[in-house]
Amino acid sequence: MSALDLVLDPLFRLPLITGMAIALVLPPIGALLLLRDEWLAALGLAHLAAASALLGLALGLPAVLGAPLGALAGGAVKSFTGARGNLAYGFMILFGWSALFLIAANTSLGATLGHALVDGQLYFAGALELIAALALAGLAAAALPRLIPLLMRARFFPHDETANRLPAHRWHLSFDLLTALAMAIGTATVGLMGAFALVLVPAWIAFRIAPGWTWTLVLCGLIGAGGYLLAYLAALTLDQPFGPVLVAALITLAATVEAGRGLIGITRARLRRKQR
Amino acid sequence: MSTPLLRVEGLVAGYGRPVVGPLSLDVFPGEVVGLWGANGCGKSTLLNAIADRADLLAGRILRMPGLVIAYQAQQPIRLPSMPVTGRELLRFTGTSLQEMPAALQAVSRQRIDRLSGGQYQLLCVWAAIAGRADLILLDEPTNNLDPEREALLTEMLTPSRLARRDTSGARLLPDRGVLLVSHERRFLEDACSRMIEIA
Repeated sequence: MSALDLVLDPLFRLPLITGMAIALVLPPIGALLLLRDEWLAALGLAHLAAASALLGLALGLPAVLGAPLGALAGGAVKSFTGARGNLAYGFMILFGWSALFLIAANTSLGATLGHALVDGQLYFAGALELIAALALAGLAAAALPRLIPLLMRARFFPHDETANRLPAHRWHLSFDLLTALAMAIGTATVGLMGAFALVLVPAWIAFRIAPGWTWTLVLCGLIGAGGYLLAYLAALTLDQPFGPVLVAALITLAATVEAGRGLIGITRARLRRKQR
Repeated sequence: MSTPLLRVEGLVAGYGRPVVGPLSLDVFPGEVVGLWGANGCGKSTLLNAIADRADLLAGRILRMPGLVIAYQAQQPIRLPSMPVTGRELLRFTGTSLQEMPAALQAVSRQRIDRLSGGQYQLLCVWAAIAGRADLILLDEPTNNLDPEREALLTEMLTPSRLARRDTSGARLLPDRGVLLVSHERRFLEDACSRMIEIA
């Protein structure tokens, strides 16, 4: 069976579409997180999502429903306490990691399921996961065009919010909750590290090469979707776990772009020297 | 005389302890008021107090109802990587792209992290001036500016640039004010319609 046959197989259609929705939503959120210097928060939220997904599974809830509970709680706590910076996110990661494996060790689910959440269980995505991913995509498509100008103003002109006594907590909380929800649904489908890579790597590449913000968002979508498809095909063809393959594919893309930029830089420098 | 955009009465402000005051001042529509004084006399603290960023220890600050403030701090926010063009930044802040000075037009399609310190400073000041604010607070806006750009900033602060068109678009209304802090006396003399010295 060829890779294309596998992709088109009805058995894999739902996982493919579910993952694609996640791969299109997480990277633009990652661009905003990178701009807000909050990208580590995504890893913290992913750990909390994984821990609460596992707890949910122990109580009989599907991972895609259990995961948002922990992540949304983390997002709300972060927003209300004004916790910012790597130290707060570091503690979030440690707490989530500790809770994840303690829950795994003390329930009948065992460490296997814990590792499954870290690695990703995209191929087991069904109608519920698809509905969650599409709902998330719809929510992001509706919310981000309104949130982006507010978040941009807050980032570049932070004093205007205070000076005009604006209810800034509304849009900061909205973005924190959207991020938490996206990380939770992402973690429950493409895995903890896969979701984190989709937040970080496409945005990092786009920040290096995009000529402006519109292009940053376009590139984020293209790199997220492209990296995801590449990983999907490779994981199926080579019979590998999806999460690690996705991370490897995205890192390879990042390294390729960086090498390309390096080559362009060297070529330009040589041309300048010749012109002199 | 018209109603002031801002009235400061017997203000003492600081951060836990007094830094500036007591002082009183008004900013009327159409005015560019300069605050002058030695380093550390509390000029920036006064702007911070008006913008709710410093403690009001005595006195009061009265704003015209519905007043919108733009506050440009001494150093604009500069991140290591900012994939945003000047035009995009202005659009996010609701700033008009019309009548933008040619020097800014020329660089407005570039990423803001590729602009020089002076170009970026001027872009941020333009975002404050050409935006929706009624009162513009500028803290040391000449930072990073060479003499040529300083002259451009002075020109940006002229009454005709600050005035807004009425709803019909036919008439210019001098309904906005600027309160700016600088340690450069000559710039203040050139740009301001009135100066206040803080002891």
